[in-house]
Amino acid sequence: MTETPATWPDNIFAALKALDVRQVAYVPDAGHTRLIEMCLHDNGMRAVPLTTEEDGVAMLAGTWLGGERGVLLMQSSGIGNCVNMFSTLRVGRYPLLTLITMRGQWGEANPWQLPMGQNAAAILKLSGFQVHELEDAEMTTETIAAGGRTAFEANQMVAVLISQRLIGSKAFAPAESN
Amino acid sequence: MWDRNRSEGYPLRRREVVEHLIKDLDDLLIVAGLGAPAWDITAVGDRDLNYPLWGAMGGAAMIGLGLALAQPDRRVLVITGDGDMLMGMGSLATIALQRPPNLSIIVLDNERYGETGMQATHTAGPVNLAEVAHACGFEQAATIYDADEFDQATPAILEGEGPIFFDIKIRAEEPPLILPPRDGAHLKDRFRMALLGPAKGVNPAI
Repeated sequence: MTETPATWPDNIFAALKALDVRQVAYVPDAGHTRLIEMCLHDNGMRAVPLTTEEDGVAMLAGTWLGGERGVLLMQSSGIGNCVNMFSTLRVGRYPLLTLITMRGQWGEANPWQLPMGQNAAAILKLSGFQVHELEDAEMTTETIAAGGRTAFEANQMVAVLISQRLIGSKAFAPAESN
Repeated sequence: MWDRNRSEGYPLRRREVVEHLIKDLDDLLIVAGLGAPAWDITAVGDRDLNYPLWGAMGGAAMIGLGLALAQPDRRVLVITGDGDMLMGMGSLATIALQRPPNLSIIVLDNERYGETGMQATHTAGPVNLAEVAHACGFEQAATIYDADEFDQATPAILEGEGPIFFDIKIRAEEPPLILPPRDGAHLKDRFRMALLGPAKGVNPAI
């Protein structure tokens, strides 16, 4: 990980503001911490912590029914929780924008994260999503903007997978102890 | 204790409860959970501002939350069943934290899973959904057992400061199926058209 604070969460936040996203459904997540804090402090956004990810999928159907735009922030491990609720949005031709921080990829040290991380994109595609992979921080703004445009203007479910290379992998113990 | 037959003797009838609540209230935004609640609201009269679910089990209350936050000046009423609410109990915690003042949730609690053959749910046993909601932080949360209690609760359901939760014990019965449209995109689009107007309803870019 870089020593200076990463700016890509700031770029995501600005891109979500530019898309006029008003409701942010999220589960707490290390990779999204900075973005979530910005959303919680923004008067034009309602940031809603969930107890499970599929609740956010259902919530954002209601958000769209009510004429607002929303986003779902989660980790790749949450995708499996959402699969049945994705079908509700698919059959309704709803937009859905979800920004997923990846686990189980680059440098993952927790084997329990590997199954969902390795299958994330395939499960999303089977569920009807357009999937964008974000590996380069410099592509952040345009990736969110492009995904949002397709979601909200073409009524499409879009997932942006934020690579573990971008976020950094979680350390469970000091390197020298291993 | 799991009394799988007691709800056959409950006095309140689901179709009468729903008709009493929503009849002629044209401005109400209604989300109905899958199965019997969706048929119940349709029996009163299919309308564009009904959003009856054919799936999404466990999600009715959360759809109501997203809608209530987006439309703070409109009353949103979620009418769902005990099976759906049991699956989505965590959503009560999420909704209580947000405190949407315009959201009311009623559970038509017949203590059965109607769509799978009327098997008993956990509410035929020790589970009390109103106490769950209250423990999550709903200040108005109660169980209704008869017509007097229902009449007293009706103003709160329709106009009270939310979030509001009532678990209405209803008789286990299977009234005739009265089905809403099945196409999910149609149900969504007609709802948005009626709520937001034809321009924004059909063209999301506006």
